[in-house]
Amino acid sequence: MITVEGLEKSFGRQAVLRGIDLEMPTGSITVIIGRSGGGKSVFLKHLLGLVRPDAGRVLVDGVEITGLRGAALDAIRRRYGVVFQGGALFDSMTCLENVAFPLREKFRLPRPEVGKRVEAALAQVGLEGMGGKYPAEISGGMRKRVAIARALVIEPEIVFFDEPTTGLDPILVNTIHRLIQDLHRRFRFTAVMVSHEIPEIFEIADRVAMLHEGRIVEVGPPTAIQQSETRVVRQFIRGEPDTAEVS
Amino acid sequence: MTDTAVPLALRPLETLGRRTADVVTALGRFGTFLAAAVAALVTPPFKLWAFLSRIVFIGYRSLLIIILTGAFTGMVLGLQIFLTLSRFGSEAFLGPAVALSLIRELGPVLAALMVTGRAGSALTAELGIMRITEQIDALTVMALNPMRYLVAPSVLAGVVAFPLMTAIFDVVGIFGGYLVGVELLGLSQGTYFGEMQTFVDMTDVMLGFWKSVSFGVIVTWVCTYKGFNVGHGAEGVARATTQAVVLSSVLILVWDYFFGSVWR
Ligand SMILES: Nc1ncnc2c1ncn2[C@@H]1O[C@H](COP(=O)(O)OP(=O)(O)OP(=O)(O)O)[C@@H](O)[C@H]1O
Ligand SMILES: [Mg+2]
Repeated sequence: MITVEGLEKSFGRQAVLRGIDLEMPTGSITVIIGRSGGGKSVFLKHLLGLVRPDAGRVLVDGVEITGLRGAALDAIRRRYGVVFQGGALFDSMTCLENVAFPLREKFRLPRPEVGKRVEAALAQVGLEGMGGKYPAEISGGMRKRVAIARALVIEPEIVFFDEPTTGLDPILVNTIHRLIQDLHRRFRFTAVMVSHEIPEIFEIADRVAMLHEGRIVEVGPPTAIQQSETRVVRQFIRGEPDTAEVS
Repeated sequence: MTDTAVPLALRPLETLGRRTADVVTALGRFGTFLAAAVAALVTPPFKLWAFLSRIVFIGYRSLLIIILTGAFTGMVLGLQIFLTLSRFGSEAFLGPAVALSLIRELGPVLAALMVTGRAGSALTAELGIMRITEQIDALTVMALNPMRYLVAPSVLAGVVAFPLMTAIFDVVGIFGGYLVGVELLGLSQGTYFGEMQTFVDMTDVMLGFWKSVSFGVIVTWVCTYKGFNVGHGAEGVARATTQAVVLSSVLILVWDYFFGSVWR
């Protein structure tokens, strides 16, 4: 279980996170929704130990990671798989090498084993035969899928997705969601996903949390969120324009 | 905190204090950065492949520019020193004069400046782009130390490649001086190389060698640090690249002076 307590973070004068409390239970898919620029990526980076909070704590299975460094933090990260918002593929390597990289470098698997797993991972995201291309030579949606393959190929215990499907066509969105769901059924990983895919994410989420103005305004099972009475949540889910912003 | 009342008269002092603290912190981070790179260098696993590709990146791809600038530097030296020496009727010393200038000073410094312009800037830009596209973060969250994969191989490659580039620069430069002094201006070949053997010591060669080694560390250190700590967006990368080249060049010249004045 990942537990976040009173997380606060400001950049200069801009307070991005203003006290976040959230629990992400082991083996479940927690989806975080919220306005663009609302701090979802910043929040994820705290869970990854990439950003240090001004206040508050992040606990992974009871271990506080906010103060950890070096080997101790790496021991936690070894269990992670991460899909960054921009993919973050290594552009000096082909897609195949990208997916093989964590297997080779992190787990030091033998070559044939790596080859087999990489083929399978690329096939799962519908990219068989594309492995020889460089990230710069493929489309944005394909890059996203390679990033997903790279994160999942190591069969991580905890997976973080930052908008894994943004920019993909509707068919691919559903394909990727189904893939995540399938893998989740098989491996029972804990997933934390930032997503704008409403209503699709309600199908795969176990819990949905809405981040608004630096706080979690509501969290619960998808059905509860869909029937929420909170104004900002309803407005967000229905995509109603912000009248105050337009005028 | 910023609003704690500081008397007007003390404001400049406060600003000065804060600036000083900032500079000291920055220097500290700069130092820790190299320490982390060295730590990654001396502990397994070693990234041999990354090191070799950095040698290609820093050394091999700079060969052409090194040969070109080396040749012309030697030719200019040959011409100017010949003209100067001929006023005293001591053209015979052209060989050692060219060789000593190159081996002690110009070889290490100019080779380092050329490699900075060609490879150092590219190193900063590459790391900077990896930073802003979160590739460095991706490495980090894979529990793989980016210092080991990206910085340490570059620094080691700098230590190996800079002396090699300098040696090539020196040899080509001496040959350039030969072309002008002997082939063009009519000095005898025996004089040019013979006097060189008499006057150039092993200490001169070692001085040049250690200079180039230290330049290798300085340039790769500054350029990787600037790339690693890049600001935001394309503009941030552009600024970091400029800063890396300027800072490297200045440090090369400053360090060259102090090194030369301590070790004669
Ligand atoms: N390194 C940083 N330095 C300064 N400000 C930052 C930094 N990272 C993020 N911010 C600010 O924090 C705010 C939240 O950014 P974040 O990327 O988390 O948004 P987001 O919710 O992920 O949005 P999107 O859905 O568009 O990805 C933004 O206003 C951004 O300007
Ligand atoms: Mg984001």
